[in-house]
Amino acid sequence: MTYFRSHVLVCVDPACLKKGAHEITDALQDEFVAQGLIDEIQVLETSRIGGCDNGPEIMVYPEGVHYVGFTPDDVPYLVEEHFLKGRVATKFVQQEKTFVDEELSDPTSKEVRVVLKNCGKIDPENIEDYLAEGGYEGLGKVLTSYTPEETIDIVLRSGLGGRGGAGFPTGKKWQFCRATQDWPKYMICNADEGDPGAFMNRRVLEGDPHAVIEGMIIGAYSTGSNQGYIYCRAEYPLAIKTLNIAIDQARALGLLGKDILGSGFDFDLEVRMGAGAFVCGEETALMASIEGNRGEPRPRPPFPAVKGLFGKPSNVNNVETYANVPQIIINGPEWYAAFGTEKSKGTKTFALAGDVQHTGLIEVPFGLTLREIIFDVGGGIKDGKAFKAIQTGGPMGGCLPADYLDLPVDYQELAKAGSIMGSGGLVVMDEDTCMVDIARFFMDFVQDESCGKCRNS
Amino acid sequence: MTIEPKDSKVVLEAVQSAVKRYGASQDELIPILNDVNREIGYLPGEALDELSRLLKVPKSQLFSVASFYRMLSTKPRGKHVLQFCESAPCHVAGGREVWLAVKEALKIEENETTPDGKWTLVTTSCLGVCGVGPVMMIDDDVIGNVDPAQVPAILAKYH
Repeated sequence: MTYFRSHVLVCVDPACLKKGAHEITDALQDEFVAQGLIDEIQVLETSRIGGCDNGPEIMVYPEGVHYVGFTPDDVPYLVEEHFLKGRVATKFVQQEKTFVDEELSDPTSKEVRVVLKNCGKIDPENIEDYLAEGGYEGLGKVLTSYTPEETIDIVLRSGLGGRGGAGFPTGKKWQFCRATQDWPKYMICNADEGDPGAFMNRRVLEGDPHAVIEGMIIGAYSTGSNQGYIYCRAEYPLAIKTLNIAIDQARALGLLGKDILGSGFDFDLEVRMGAGAFVCGEETALMASIEGNRGEPRPRPPFPAVKGLFGKPSNVNNVETYANVPQIIINGPEWYAAFGTEKSKGTKTFALAGDVQHTGLIEVPFGLTLREIIFDVGGGIKDGKAFKAIQTGGPMGGCLPADYLDLPVDYQELAKAGSIMGSGGLVVMDEDTCMVDIARFFMDFVQDESCGKCRNS
Repeated sequence: MTIEPKDSKVVLEAVQSAVKRYGASQDELIPILNDVNREIGYLPGEALDELSRLLKVPKSQLFSVASFYRMLSTKPRGKHVLQFCESAPCHVAGGREVWLAVKEALKIEENETTPDGKWTLVTTSCLGVCGVGPVMMIDDDVIGNVDPAQVPAILAKYH
């Protein structure tokens, strides 16, 4: 595979075409040839870079510089400034941001974006945008260079744990499913993000669906599965739409279906929509729902890796877990394991909600303290009020008061403090919150949504 | 309640076209029920009868599934369905006051339909847009940052 140091995306939407987008592409190609840069820089035509108001428009990656409003005559100047002298040609930079993303702002200094790397930066309905960011390179690497066992070993060494909340080593789960001698096997993505206050997975599905799909294909190759399901809650209609578009585009390029990338490996994928049931986020209930039954949990064992969907071996991971996988393959397990704490490796996305200044999504390495998350990343409490508590782990988690602000956030420390990691919703409460009311509120929720099987566990 | 019963032809057609879309198999049941519920507004007994015939699944089992999921309804619903998010982030952000304002404006309680058949009021689990709580959803529109005082004006937009 050829590696380019830069990619230049030229917008070829109708509005930009009218303003001569193809001529810009040609001029860029010619200039890169003339300067001897053509082997280092790739020019791609794509759609929807900005609003097309000041077209033609180009986007230069990896820097992410957005140039607008120039002509083919300006191209030599632009190439000289940006690609030879290495400075931004400010004259043509798109000035104002066309749209403010309130849910996902630029990362603060304490954040590390692995899962959220592409969210808000690429067009999720255009697979070429994902490809330009190195998308499906991980899959290509796995299919051409690694056996399923080697792939599982990489995931094991990365320390990736299940991001749905339990943190169980993903590589181990894949090993169990691979070891079961029964076919067919199913690869399932749990996109039933039901914890109140958690919306990280929604954003990943809406903003970077191919990362999840690529992770699933790699997982399917590792476990020996040829059919996958993404079970997405019905409360997320946009995520379902985006996923379906992404699956069609991946299939059209031969990344899903028969003989993927000429490797002889077959895998296809289907989206299943829920119908509103919190308990379907539990994996056995989720599988019952895919089968067309009431979403009621079954006792384990047997575990899904042995007897899951339709009574066959199944592997269930959540959206965030799968989205990590392509990055781990591309950058190596050591790179991933370098983030985080001794026992909790890597990064975690969180949704900050409640009485915090900056609500929205963040992604941090494990080990940051609650104080750093709330005050440095989240900007502190709204309206200058005092912090009272933070709920981690959803309704079955816990509320940690100010005494715990210096607690490093990882699976083990949260458990020691009597709470849980859960899927990643963080609800911040200020001094005016009544904790008795909150306790009653969560008990109501848990009572209402309980599957009534607790006696079995 | 003055909600007009749906024409049985319309009901049968909705069921048949959904079954055709997904295939007559039990593991397609949730997608089929979702589509019929959306089309008709709820799942009338006739729809389950027809589905039972086409899928060869007992009606009792279909009813058990249809009554399990919150977004499926076996009872008629109003022209507009207002789903109110009752989750913690919305609650912390002042959701209770909005909830009281909604009940006051519609003069009904949870899971009730207004006598003119215009509104049905239900609660929903988290809609995942917690950054803009309190949140409610009217039909397919998500409305965030709702203030109790705005409620009558929001409702007035729906005819």
